Amino acid sequence: MSEESRILKGYISLPYRWAMGVTTTRFFEEFKNKKIMGTRCPKCNRVLIPARSFCSHCFEKISEWVEVAQEGTLKTWVLINFSYEGQPKEPPYIIGIIDLDGASVGLPHFVGGVVMDDIEETAKKVRIGGRVKAVWKENREGNILDIDYFQPIDQEISI
Amino acid sequence: MGQAVAIIGTGQTRCGNRLDVSYPELIYEAVSMAFQDSGLSPKDIEAVVSGSMPPAMEGVHNPHLYWVDAMGAKGKSLVRIATCGSTGISLAHAGFYHVASGLFDLVLVVGAEKMYEGNPQGVMATVADPFFQRPFLAGAPGIFSLQSNEWAHRYGLEEKRTRMAAAQLSVRNHTDALYNPYAHIKVKITVEDVLKSRVIAYPVRILDVCPASDGACAVIMASERMVKKMGAKPAWIRGVGYCGEEAFFGEGDKVVWQSAIRAAKTAYKQAGITNPRKELDVAEVYNPFTFQEMLFYECFGFCDFGKAVELVENGVVMKGGELPCDPSGGVLSTNPIGATGLQRVAEVALQVTNKAGDHQIPGASTGLAHAMGGLDQFNGIMIISNSL
Repeated sequence: MSEESRILKGYISLPYRWAMGVTTTRFFEEFKNKKIMGTRCPKCNRVLIPARSFCSHCFEKISEWVEVAQEGTLKTWVLINFSYEGQPKEPPYIIGIIDLDGASVGLPHFVGGVVMDDIEETAKKVRIGGRVKAVWKENREGNILDIDYFQPIDQEISI
Repeated sequence: MGQAVAIIGTGQTRCGNRLDVSYPELIYEAVSMAFQDSGLSPKDIEAVVSGSMPPAMEGVHNPHLYWVDAMGAKGKSLVRIATCGSTGISLAHAGFYHVASGLFDLVLVVGAEKMYEGNPQGVMATVADPFFQRPFLAGAPGIFSLQSNEWAHRYGLEEKRTRMAAAQLSVRNHTDALYNPYAHIKVKITVEDVLKSRVIAYPVRILDVCPASDGACAVIMASERMVKKMGAKPAWIRGVGYCGEEAFFGEGDKVVWQSAIRAAKTAYKQAGITNPRKELDVAEVYNPFTFQEMLFYECFGFCDFGKAVELVENGVVMKGGELPCDPSGGVLSTNPIGATGLQRVAEVALQVTNKAGDHQIPGASTGLAHAMGGLDQFNGIMIISNSL
């Protein structure tokens, strides 16, 4: 008999319906008006982005809404240069964690509006600790990608 | 700590492309080796703890049902555990809890993955929530590079220097894998090869990143009274620590990384370890990415914060150094994810019982096993020793 191990090919494709809840729904509705809203925990006073209905540290319910700035500081970034299934866009592109002014936690999003095909040129504009601002899409549908990307704000680099 | 728990048998399959066997056959291979190693048979086992990555990895959901026969689990207590990358260490902890509780004397622990059967990155892209994080935090090399870049910036580490240290770790892991019969990637590489390899998530290059592997690992745990009855000379579990973090990546500090620090501190306290660099003889650190491996050294107290590069430069973490890390070739050479953390445990058990063969660290008596998982979110530690 043969020593071969045959392969059976198959495919699983399933539809889902993900409920956002009221807080996330409002968070994204505010995006349509170019507003980034967080919620403030009554106990620890942290302003959480994205807006939450309960605090990840205190376990308290949260109901107070606070608008945060469109600008912030880049906490860290990476230039993605490889492809994988389910990827949001064609590489190369940049992911960053943005500490928006007025928010207590960082927001993961794209960093854009800069050269991507020459890392040394990219690194002149995109810096940890550098300032960035939200660039909105023209047509906003009420989801996380309504913010097209965060763009580095040109500034004097102090040495 | 409950009653004392020992590791009395381990089994690891050869890892890599294992399309020569079905999923249960792969499990059977590891479990059979663990029985052979311990001198036990399935009828001796009272409970089975099993786990793997999200089952979309292989397209058979709740695979522990599919694995039952291969684990000899019919008629026994059986659970499935899944914490992503840390699954293997969670499995080891759960096996430990089973025995330490006094409810079971002999427990089989099994972790496995068959990553050649599906689309690993595609599955991992669905681990993050669908509303906020999925577009940005899919693709493991990207997440870990965010963390590593912040680490290097926090301590003002010169890029050339961290780059060179990471390359040296890649060479160490790839070289050590040549001496591990179960390792997946077996290639001789140089620092120059790493520095010339393709950038995938700057500054991480392809040789800084682990492969996706098929593989299974099985460990048999026993109570102290069973060890005495059998007259076995086992590896003893001296401490366990596990810690999780918030669901949102942007919330925690991933440099002075509390989940890693707390997991280590908890385990050290139970094991009575106050100076890990001196008191540990070997460590199997979960190291799918070279840069991130250095961050772990700091969080585990092998050196001060911001000083991990020096550990590499001074050879402390190399074979022959004060605290050799990942003499198995580590995760960088072999990563069947559901088995990977349990392989770290099995490898340390082999080291402290002088059974590691060609990659034995001479005289090793106490070691640390670690795994990290979730969305860069969980860390688990186990301290294993040849004495109680």
